[in-house]
Amino acid sequence: MIDIRDLTVTFGRGTQAVAAVRGLSLHVGEGESFGLVGESGSGKSTVLRVLAGLNEKWQGSASLAGLSVARRDRRFPRLVQMVFQDPYGSLHPRHTVDHALSEPLAIHGIEDANERVSRALEQVGLGPAFRFRYPHQLSGGQRQRVAIARALMLEPKVLLLDEPTSALDVSVQAEILNLLRRLRDERGLTYLLVSHNLAVVAHMCDRLAVMNRGVVVEEMAVDTLRRQEPAEAYTRQLLLASRGYDREVARAMITYD
Amino acid sequence: MTPLIEVEDLRISFPTAKGSFDAVRGVSFTLGREKLGIVGESGSGKSLTGRALMRLLTPAAQLSAKRLAFDGQDLLQATPRDLRRIRGRRISLVLQDPKYALNPVMTVGEQIGEAFRTHHRVSRAEARAKTLAMLEAVRIRNPVRVHDLYPHEVSGGMGQRIMIAMMLIPEPDLLIADEPTSALDVTVQMQVLAILDDLVTQRGMGLIFISHDLNLVASFCDRILVMYAGRIVEECRASELHAATHPYTRGLLASLPRIEESRAELAVLTRDPAWLTA
Repeated sequence: MIDIRDLTVTFGRGTQAVAAVRGLSLHVGEGESFGLVGESGSGKSTVLRVLAGLNEKWQGSASLAGLSVARRDRRFPRLVQMVFQDPYGSLHPRHTVDHALSEPLAIHGIEDANERVSRALEQVGLGPAFRFRYPHQLSGGQRQRVAIARALMLEPKVLLLDEPTSALDVSVQAEILNLLRRLRDERGLTYLLVSHNLAVVAHMCDRLAVMNRGVVVEEMAVDTLRRQEPAEAYTRQLLLASRGYDREVARAMITYD
Repeated sequence: MTPLIEVEDLRISFPTAKGSFDAVRGVSFTLGREKLGIVGESGSGKSLTGRALMRLLTPAAQLSAKRLAFDGQDLLQATPRDLRRIRGRRISLVLQDPKYALNPVMTVGEQIGEAFRTHHRVSRAEARAKTLAMLEAVRIRNPVRVHDLYPHEVSGGMGQRIMIAMMLIPEPDLLIADEPTSALDVTVQMQVLAILDDLVTQRGMGLIFISHDLNLVASFCDRILVMYAGRIVEECRASELHAATHPYTRGLLASLPRIEESRAELAVLTRDPAWLTA
């Protein structure tokens, strides 16, 4: 479903040039849930932005369901949608929930908007009472539900999830992760999930790739992660650091450049 | 020995159009020279509790307490002048995001030095020497270079260490850290915590660590207070968090995904209205 080969993304030029992604290749099958893990600056979000068409300058090849991402035709929005980290920033503050959800339908000339909006709200666990509210009248978790509903309006096959729960409280995170799992089962969606949280990736994904400084350090099945048996030292350190504070681990920490 | 902090029946409320909103409702605890974690979700009142200890609430906030004391000194009766002698010098506050907490138009070295010179009469040269030593103490590899950088020229992890250096240079007795590592990568988070840990142990400071991250607090602190809707619902030793008894704490722990486990669904917290009063 997702096929990326030799993807390279460079920001800036000349001596200021930074290679955010350097020759990355990955393949995600239909209905699969794939995690991209890494620390800030590893390039994981840049990969998502290329697939979403938010980043236009890149080299290599990337395709979704056989369509080249470079061409960006009208079929893309109906094939792939993105959910962002911060639901406070990704919803228009002066548009009601109804407005946010019906806009993609209007753009793509889809009929029976009324019916579709109320069904979408129901599917993400929000009642009709939320339909004419503004984002500031919703909690963080409710806003993320609206963002997910909006991403599903055009019935895409692929969802790109960029840290979808890291701005939320843990109890709300559990609700959103459960919702995403359920939607995937019901609709056979393909997920590409970016997160710095290994536990979230372990819960949501079948396979994952660990990124550092623009390259994939290693790719593995989620079981390998669960058994704490990654091959690379970088991944082992990341695993140890995710387990909470330990004075000895902190002392032995190495910076990987 | 007098405890560093004594809080008894702390209440903070805000007037709203619909009447008064009680954000903190009767919090009591004492703190010695230890690492105390305050955990809770957004809106639990944990940050307000931390700020109340420095009397840094907005003027609209209404604060009352039977007792609010630092090192035996009554903070409720303290004059603005008394408070200025305490803030920064004896209690200091590390915030979540160095991007907003550091002054963007002053070099890193100048602002750390300023924190020292505000509380100690020393020459510029002495302050500079002290600043460089402090940067080294928070494990910045090239203190001389970093001294002359502006905040936008340093990474998030380095910015956080700079803020810690600034807060520690007046040698306070108590450090309040409000989500000090939430904006950092896990490996950088570990390094920052190790620095805090060493400094607290070596200098015999007290530390209040405010965070939403239960596992992190459990692994780092000595003792934990769990807050829900403005009240402390559970208090326990950090090493015994897994044996917590309050349904809210248990619910939070159960809702966390874990690397080792494979579960179809995560437990969802059902909030019992009785927790508000019980």
